[in-house]
Amino acid sequence: MPVDPILLLVQGMNGLQLGIMLFLMAAGLTLVFGIMNLINLAHGSLYMMGAYLAATGQRWTGSFVLGVLLALPLTVALGMLLERVALRTLYHRDHLDQVLATFGLMLFFNEFVRLLWGPQAYFMAVPPALSGQIMLLPGVPYSAYRLAVVGVGLLAAVCLCVAVQYTRLGMWIRAGASNRAMIDALGVNITRLYTIVFGCGAGLAGLAGMMAGPILALQVGMGEPVLILAFVVIVIGGIGSIRGAFIAALLVGVIDTFGRVLLPPALASMTIYLLMALVLYWRPQGLFPATV
Amino acid sequence: MGRRLIRLLGAYLVLVLSAVPAVTAADKIKLGYIATMSGPAASLGQDILDGVKLGITHAGNTLGGLPVEVIVGDDQLKPDVGVQVATKMLEKDKVDFITGVVFSNVMMAIAQPISEAGVFLISANAGPSPLAGAGCLPNLFTVSWQNDQTHEAMGKYLQDKGVKRLYLMAPNYQAGKDALAGVKRYFQGEIVGEIYTAINQPDYAAELTQLRAAKPEAVFAFYPGGMGINFVKQYAQMGLKTEIPFYAPAFTVDHTILPAQGEAALGILNASFWSPDLPNPVNHQFVADFQKTYGRIPSLYAAQGYDAARLIDSAVRAVRGNLQDKNALRAALRKAEFASVRGPFKFNHNHFPIQNFYICQAIKTADGAFTHALQSVAFTDHADAYHAQCPMQWP
Repeated sequence: MPVDPILLLVQGMNGLQLGIMLFLMAAGLTLVFGIMNLINLAHGSLYMMGAYLAATGQRWTGSFVLGVLLALPLTVALGMLLERVALRTLYHRDHLDQVLATFGLMLFFNEFVRLLWGPQAYFMAVPPALSGQIMLLPGVPYSAYRLAVVGVGLLAAVCLCVAVQYTRLGMWIRAGASNRAMIDALGVNITRLYTIVFGCGAGLAGLAGMMAGPILALQVGMGEPVLILAFVVIVIGGIGSIRGAFIAALLVGVIDTFGRVLLPPALASMTIYLLMALVLYWRPQGLFPATV
Repeated sequence: MGRRLIRLLGAYLVLVLSAVPAVTAADKIKLGYIATMSGPAASLGQDILDGVKLGITHAGNTLGGLPVEVIVGDDQLKPDVGVQVATKMLEKDKVDFITGVVFSNVMMAIAQPISEAGVFLISANAGPSPLAGAGCLPNLFTVSWQNDQTHEAMGKYLQDKGVKRLYLMAPNYQAGKDALAGVKRYFQGEIVGEIYTAINQPDYAAELTQLRAAKPEAVFAFYPGGMGINFVKQYAQMGLKTEIPFYAPAFTVDHTILPAQGEAALGILNASFWSPDLPNPVNHQFVADFQKTYGRIPSLYAAQGYDAARLIDSAVRAVRGNLQDKNALRAALRKAEFASVRGPFKFNHNHFPIQNFYICQAIKTADGAFTHALQSVAFTDHADAYHAQCPMQWP
């Protein structure tokens, strides 16, 4: 096919946007897995809960921004509650127990949403101010909302990096990831730290769901396909590494987008898994493994 | 003493007399309902079931005068689970009829075992081509449609409209390929692009960017359920709706997903065998009572469920409740003497319907509800493309 630079630009933007969404999902997952050593299959449920809560908030208040501002603390609180009630008992169990327990949570949340919001898909509107098109170049329209998603995602990435690298909390988090017993002995309340980390992860997953809400169908089980992609991202990026998750997410977003455009469908749906297999072959620890 | 004897005799006589009709007519009817009742596609299974239940209510809370026990089974969209559920219904519950079945892959797995067990399977949705052609079965009746038919109707409409350059999109699975084959059977113009996407793909930004660059005159896309919500919303959000007209089968904008698509779906022309505003008294009653009972406008899936129940009702009534005489029941089912929500209805020799197809438009009513409005007739008395290969013949 002839290479059209404008088409390349727009598809690049699509890839970037997909990558940013994946990063929001993967960041929480990699934090929880890297620092707390917990495999959390219910991460996709938090994505779903974030989307449903924001859609409900939007319906009540009539404003997308208010809906998100209402839903974000609720999702963080839900994550913290989940950590205290259910996940805290799983840290010392092996990974299979964690997978089973969090898989159970996933089923629980799916049925919970079905009971509360019904089996039919729920509607979330694009905020009117962002419903139009923005010209990337003259004659090259791009959805304003998708650009806004890129902006929010980049902002979240920057905040996260600053928080982990330059704040006291971030220092504890990094220390906790390296040596849990030592930081406990130094008088940091590691139990509370874990609750906070899990809440942050939940908030990031919820934010991803809220941003995806106006683009996608809000329905029971909407988190599971994204969860699988997020796992691919953290495996490629190196488990526990925020920087790795960011780069891997963009890589997966761009490769998946161009794969879908350039390759036949059967091969296109395989590209990112092939990428993962290659990375695992050359660098089993991922591209940017967290320094432990 | 004598009195007691007379009483006993009387009781005995009552018992004997009441037992006599039981030799021919059953005392109740067991209806198995197999569909996808969990996961993202559960809303379709629920809509069909609600239609079936309303059909039973309209038949006086009976099917053919017999009280009904409905046994619901969830196939989880997995053919092997569908077979397990069907086996349980056949062997343990001993059902008289089975209906439902949303997905063609489940249908392909369960149709033969059910038909061979001598139980009638009334498909209220799936109509895969093999079962309409060489693989047609004596105990399978499909009350909905053959998979290709709805898409053929849109292909014919686009051909008649004079569209020259068409772009096609569908998920990469059997029903998606059947859909595009159906369009191409009647559309003779140029196919500018034929794109298959991964099943349950959430985001279509990359494909829609390619579509815009191909500059087609019109787009046809088959995306049922949640995929339809994603596709239609994103098509509108990218500003494509005003640029390139979008055509679809009703499954892409049906009433289970229309509220979630909102304004994005408005104006989309779609093909269907039925619409809520189809002008006939049976349909009028069905739509009004469905809205009264469930608080929402019925989808075409609900209409199919309703007709499945009314078809069973008509056949059981015709044989006066004698569920043992399978040949008489089959003959009664073939006659299809029930009042369908679509008006005229008859079965072809392969037990698939010969029916009309319409072009409808997604609209918003004055009170803010999203629904379809009938525009034109695409086909009258349309038979499926595979029936000639079915060896089953009856007058």
